[in-house]
Amino acid sequence: MYYAVTIATLVTMGLALIRAVLGPSVYDRVLAVNMFGTKTVLLLSVIAFLYGRPDFLDLALAYALINFIGILAVLEFFRNRALRRSTERDEGA
Amino acid sequence: MIVIFGVFLLTLLVITAIAIVRTDNLFVAVMLMGIASLLIAGNFFLLDAADVALTEAAVGAGISTVLFLSALALTSERERAKSSNKVLSLTVVAAAALILIYATFDKPRFGDPQAPVQTHVAPWYLEKTPEYIDIPNVVTAVLGSFRGYDTLGEVFVVFTAGIGVLFLLGSGVPLGSLPREKINEGLRHHLIPRVVGRVLIPFILLFGLYVQFHGEYGPGGGFQAGAIIAAAIILFALLEGERRALSVLPERVLLGLMAFGPLLYGAVGVAGIVLGGNFLDYSVLSSDPVKGQQLGILLIEAGVGVTVTGVLLGIFHAFAARGR
Amino acid sequence: MTTLIDILSWVLLTLGGLSVLIGGIGALRMPDLYTRMHAASVTDSIGAILVLGGVMLQAGFSLATIKLIAVLLFLLLTSPTSSNALASAALLAGTRPLEEQAQDDEAQK
Repeated sequence: MYYAVTIATLVTMGLALIRAVLGPSVYDRVLAVNMFGTKTVLLLSVIAFLYGRPDFLDLALAYALINFIGILAVLEFFRNRALRRSTERDEGA
Repeated sequence: MIVIFGVFLLTLLVITAIAIVRTDNLFVAVMLMGIASLLIAGNFFLLDAADVALTEAAVGAGISTVLFLSALALTSERERAKSSNKVLSLTVVAAAALILIYATFDKPRFGDPQAPVQTHVAPWYLEKTPEYIDIPNVVTAVLGSFRGYDTLGEVFVVFTAGIGVLFLLGSGVPLGSLPREKINEGLRHHLIPRVVGRVLIPFILLFGLYVQFHGEYGPGGGFQAGAIIAAAIILFALLEGERRALSVLPERVLLGLMAFGPLLYGAVGVAGIVLGGNFLDYSVLSSDPVKGQQLGILLIEAGVGVTVTGVLLGIFHAFAARGR
Repeated sequence: MTTLIDILSWVLLTLGGLSVLIGGIGALRMPDLYTRMHAASVTDSIGAILVLGGVMLQAGFSLATIKLIAVLLFLLLTSPTSSNALASAALLAGTRPLEEQAQDDEAQK
């Protein structure tokens, strides 16, 4: 029963990876990484039950939190870069 | 079936690695490295190594991405075209790879129950842990007590890395031309992430403490907990601005945290000598040897957690200060 | 009773797997950044609820269920926030949605 969900999640992770490699703009890639992260959390939860070791759910929880922090760091990077470019343009103009 | 999942994840990892090497946009490379770290963590998880998977997920996918992006903000985003000799490099790499593959022919097969590590080393640890240390998580027992010297070395390596980065980057040398207010305000005007972040940060800190002290019973321990707590404070710095994060944990306190771990570890070792045993012999720390072992592991894991938090936060602030 | 719970959790897991897969295909085939974001974030939340709900039914009343509820809560709290932050960052940076459909509608009027 769990195998079907695991296979679906693994295939989706593969599709997200293709989007991360292809995606024309950087936001596509960030979207793909975000999706990859949440699918990893689901994969970890299901496989923890597949193994019969519910105490591995700590990893899924840790990963859900870390994914959020990673994505916000990326967006902060973009914001700083946009600010820096607009400031340089203002100073150069 | 699990093996097929593992092989599939490894195939995705190979595709990611090829994509990382082929792209010349460094930002794309950083994103793909986050994905690669997740794939490896998934593989560790499938191989039933939960402690390592937790460390890889916490450090590789969260903190590493943040640090790489901080470094990327200080340099350019495109890779410079290299002009090295490609044929020579290819020959060297191919020769090294062939030698490695040839060396793996001598190894026992994957999961072979007759391998020496499964017949001598692993059963000894599995039998002696309930007798000497009596904690359910054998990995923490091996890490903290049976191979305590190695972990002492690891704590010193983490400390040295922190000191090295601080020497290289200094603190507060202004490079960028952005006004201080704009850099330091963080995502202050983005209300939704800020509200959600404020709700979450206490729970992340609590979860980090849980992972720290639960390391003896389940996956966890000092390294993972340090990374998670550092991630929580980095989230605070991202959302509320770096200046408020520095007022929460000033740089002097961070230096103290960085030095505290090795000090505590060394102190536990010397306490072993003072109380009559050998260096890092926890059995003499209390009247009951098993309780002494557990107390020793608790203390050194606390030291490790504190050092990892201090070092990761110190490196983050060093990078962020350069960009001020 | 246990067969009822088994059937229910099997249905939830299958629906969850399907929605996760649909999200992946959507993120790959949609024409524009914002439509991809829509596909990814909606199916993320629905997939998380269905899959974790199905696993929770299998776990019964135990510590594992409480941990799963915590995971579900964090996922539901952080995943839409990340999508919102990403969309607002993309909009502020100047990425425009596809405008072909709007021009077709105006041409038809």
